[in-house]
Amino acid sequence: MTAPTLGAALCRFVAVPSAAIAALVFAAMVAAALAAPWIAPQDPYDLRSVSILDNLLPPGEVAFDGTPYILGTDGQGRDMLSAMLYGLRISLLVGLASGVIALAVGTLVGLVAAFRGGWVDALLMRIVDLQLSLPTILVALILLVILGRGIENIIFALVVVQWAWFARTVRGVALVENARDYVDAARGLRLPPLRILFRHILPNCLPVLLVVATIQMAQAISLEATLSFLGLGLPPTRPSLGLLIANGFDYLQSGRWRISVLPGVVLLVLIVSVNVLGDRLRETLNPHLRG
Amino acid sequence: MVEFILRRVLQAILVLFVMTVLVFFGVHVIGNPIDLFVSSECTKACVDAIMANLGLDRPVWEQYLIFLGNLMAGDLGNSFTFGVPAMSLIWERFPATLELATAALVIALVLGLPLSIHAGLYPDSPVSRAIMALSMLGFSVPIFWIGIILILTFSVRLGWFPAIGRGETVDVLGVPVSFLTLDGLHHLALPAITLSLIMLSTVIRLTRAGLREVLTSDYIRFARANGVRETRVIGWHAMKNILIPIVTVLGMEFGSVIAFAVVTESIFSWPGVGKMLIDAISVLDRPLILAYLIFVVTMFVVLNLIVDILYSVLDPRVGRSAR
Amino acid sequence: MTKLGMALAAVLALAAPLPALAQNVLTIGVRSEAATLDPHWTQLSADLQVQEHIFEHLVDLDSSSQPVPGLAVSWQPINDTTWEFKLREGVTWHDGEAFNADDVIYSFDRLKAGIEGATASPAFQLAKGGKSWVNIDDYTVHITTTGPYPTMAEDLAMIPMVAEHVVPGKTPSMDFNSGAAAIGTGPFMYQEFSPGNRIVVTRNPNGWGGDPGWDEVVFRPAGDDSARLAALLNGDVDMIDYPPTVDLPALRENADFVVSTISSDRLIYMMPGYRHMEPYITANDGSPMMNPLRDWRVRKALSLAINREAIRDRIMGGASLPARNIVPPGFFGHVDDLVADAYDPDAAKALLTEAGYGDGFRMTIHGSNDRYINDARILEAVAQFWTQIGVTTEVDAMPRAVFFSDLIRGGADGFPGFDSPKFSMALTGWGTVAGEATYTVSGILETCNAATGGGNGNFGRYSNPSIDSRSVLAKQTIDRDARLALLQEATRMAMEDYALIPIHFQVNSWAMRAGLEHRPRTNERTLAVEVSRTN
Repeated sequence: MTAPTLGAALCRFVAVPSAAIAALVFAAMVAAALAAPWIAPQDPYDLRSVSILDNLLPPGEVAFDGTPYILGTDGQGRDMLSAMLYGLRISLLVGLASGVIALAVGTLVGLVAAFRGGWVDALLMRIVDLQLSLPTILVALILLVILGRGIENIIFALVVVQWAWFARTVRGVALVENARDYVDAARGLRLPPLRILFRHILPNCLPVLLVVATIQMAQAISLEATLSFLGLGLPPTRPSLGLLIANGFDYLQSGRWRISVLPGVVLLVLIVSVNVLGDRLRETLNPHLRG
Repeated sequence: MVEFILRRVLQAILVLFVMTVLVFFGVHVIGNPIDLFVSSECTKACVDAIMANLGLDRPVWEQYLIFLGNLMAGDLGNSFTFGVPAMSLIWERFPATLELATAALVIALVLGLPLSIHAGLYPDSPVSRAIMALSMLGFSVPIFWIGIILILTFSVRLGWFPAIGRGETVDVLGVPVSFLTLDGLHHLALPAITLSLIMLSTVIRLTRAGLREVLTSDYIRFARANGVRETRVIGWHAMKNILIPIVTVLGMEFGSVIAFAVVTESIFSWPGVGKMLIDAISVLDRPLILAYLIFVVTMFVVLNLIVDILYSVLDPRVGRSAR
Repeated sequence: MTKLGMALAAVLALAAPLPALAQNVLTIGVRSEAATLDPHWTQLSADLQVQEHIFEHLVDLDSSSQPVPGLAVSWQPINDTTWEFKLREGVTWHDGEAFNADDVIYSFDRLKAGIEGATASPAFQLAKGGKSWVNIDDYTVHITTTGPYPTMAEDLAMIPMVAEHVVPGKTPSMDFNSGAAAIGTGPFMYQEFSPGNRIVVTRNPNGWGGDPGWDEVVFRPAGDDSARLAALLNGDVDMIDYPPTVDLPALRENADFVVSTISSDRLIYMMPGYRHMEPYITANDGSPMMNPLRDWRVRKALSLAINREAIRDRIMGGASLPARNIVPPGFFGHVDDLVADAYDPDAAKALLTEAGYGDGFRMTIHGSNDRYINDARILEAVAQFWTQIGVTTEVDAMPRAVFFSDLIRGGADGFPGFDSPKFSMALTGWGTVAGEATYTVSGILETCNAATGGGNGNFGRYSNPSIDSRSVLAKQTIDRDARLALLQEATRMAMEDYALIPIHFQVNSWAMRAGLEHRPRTNERTLAVEVSRTN
């Protein structure tokens, strides 16, 4: 079972329409989030441009400063479209940043464990097992209670609950690769161990890491939304999608459901697209499961 | 074998110890619970008297040593909110959480198995595609969001189910359960469905994938070639082989379902330990927060230990490689 | 899935028991559950509102928190330091025993001895003024203080009476929850206590106050605002407290439901910091600056910049009372001619310029996000208003678990260095539970002094000797007219100096199904005797 090259995988990857659509949707969302400061009609963080007197306006109304509220305003007078673009930005930032850091930490730990073996491996893997045996939401929740709110803290908490998945995955693949002939040959050539690690073993871990990373990212975004709902996530003036949904709960029964449902739909589309990508990645990169 | 178990138990105790240190000092840094409990007219002298009464005026390391001492004696202290031993509150409310999680598991299996078998057998049918799309959706939707939507739809719009609380209970072996009464089931339905969604998706995806793999294996082809009836091939030969991994994964997922009950219970005001934890956090009820965590972590450690022991009995290599 | 689910849903829906309205039961969905039935354990509103169905006080508070006869029929000072209380005769405990002065003495003694592990005991109300007590006969009690003590009746309205004969000696707290000691004199009797799920009390047929109107009252906790409202809408409960304010207008217009509201005793205000340098105030370029809030014109400008009507109409669902007072109308000490500042951003900017801050400055304001009604959203609105007059304002709203310790002492206990308030401008609230301004003036306007207990809620560290002298004198003045004059003078001085920036008095709301009528009370409690049927 050799892993296919990434180029070939990519071709097979987009052959399935659902995956191609998911990739497009995800790319569009990332682009929108990146461009938020330029395309959003309002800067929801600048309290000069947000007015409580404009709150709960229906879509199409015009702001006190003349800009139209395309999707209406929320309970604080924020333009819904702008708030969602900025919220998407935060949700993506939290998901990506925590994913990337967790991937780096986990990969390092996994490689060290696989390469060193012995007691180092045993100790690290016990820590990993322990981490994986505790439910993610509970660990993140307690960490946030202790650390307090704030975007750095939520990213930290999400890294803590994610890194072990990467570590375990990388170690598994690295152990298999380590035993292969070409690595033995490289050793025979007296190549430095670090070079073997980064040139030969790490590239072979990448496909499976990519799969884990997508799944973890979807979970991280969803977890952040849940923690914000429980009042432990981000400050209220800089809402993520999750916080926008939770803030909108109050308005669900008074007929202004869009305040909660619109960000909910965006969040759902985001998570589904990432999950579809992850699914397709796994099928493409792991022929064993294809079918 | 004995050595293996002993070592795992020692590890578990070490884990618990490290956790108590982190959480104990953690909750002490956040704030002073007395500031939340006393009336605003209570002067500094009055606050100091209450703190002294509770032992909160001592240095934090001394408080920790006292806590450890009491823990050894099996005493986790009295809740600041309820004034009764924290452990008694947990025992009182854990059955409700367990009942909710079990109901979610049952729903996930009863709905998930038939659906996933269909999807596994006829992967290209439109129904199967719909099932898989739904499972993807269920996997992706944050459950707090689904919970509130279910309340609005089935409770407010249609008026079919109550929105809050647990129904009438009957005692079974001294434990109050609500699934044996009609009123109890009625109250259980919405929160259990909400909580089951994550597991439902896991069941569907695992079973389908397992079934697809098993169906192409040699012994299934052999059974079919020998004229064994199709229902028996699927219902017996195939299922036998995929149920074991499913049960294992669900056993582990069950723990996270209990953890996710924190969210479900908060929305539906279900009187379980999860909602109690959220309430305890919001008023910094330190003994109750610590007792809950010690209880839950112990539960997970014991569950994992049992799984590990079973594995090492079934597969002697596991015990050896852990050495 | 859908077929089976629908079938299951239909079966369960048909089998659903009808709401138990026929049996004269009142079911109340409450935001916070009661945690204990020991009335000496706690002063939390959530606990007290359930306990007050069972236990009573010598002095009751009427719906605007003014003292009225309870288990005592009359009280008066018989000299400068002694109050005489005449007890109501013919009152019986729920188990049939007669109530007399021994029970009063027992209740006081139990509280004074201290309740093991109690976090919010009303013991300090009893200790205030150095009270001591003695029973003269079965129906007369004398309470002596070390000096003249005007607010005796208000204090005793906080001290519940428990029965001496129920558990001899020291009654443990747990006995109240199990029902063994939950024997009171109130209009309802203990039936079931399972906190988190339901608490049930039943009609006391022998109550001295007559028929309470309900055979049974059930309290069901529902912490999530949307779920609590849903429970009312679908008939799970007859009545809820704290309906989400955004839904108030719709509920008022809906003929199937009734909303009751009353101004509460809780003032919501912005508390400025008065230190020479404040950690959360900087010049526009981020450099440190002398605290501009020490100039009263800046404080006035900030007050004028707040649009209190907008907060009321846009955030509070119409339910708030814009304020420039420290106790609400109807309370002893309210100053009628002080009316809330009108929104005037231009005058605010002019004042800032006059004070030398025409270009504004930067400030971070703090507050809780789970303590007062819509607290974080009010904070955000205030930040908008202030930013719009040039004071660039950031918001940090946090859970009350973090907020209050930081507000009071800058951090948690047990660690060194936490002994001064942290914030430079915070949104906070003060409830005048006694219905009387003496301890409000003393608590939030007097100079903070741990030795005298003055200013224990003054976390901005405001200090004004003219207010101090009046506050100290008021605490010793028994003559009501003289005390009223002192309290009103102190209030007026504070308001004219903008010692704090009042926003509004919270208005509490309840929502119930049509056919019920509720006479709400200012102290936020939901009492079944105040709910009646109209049909």
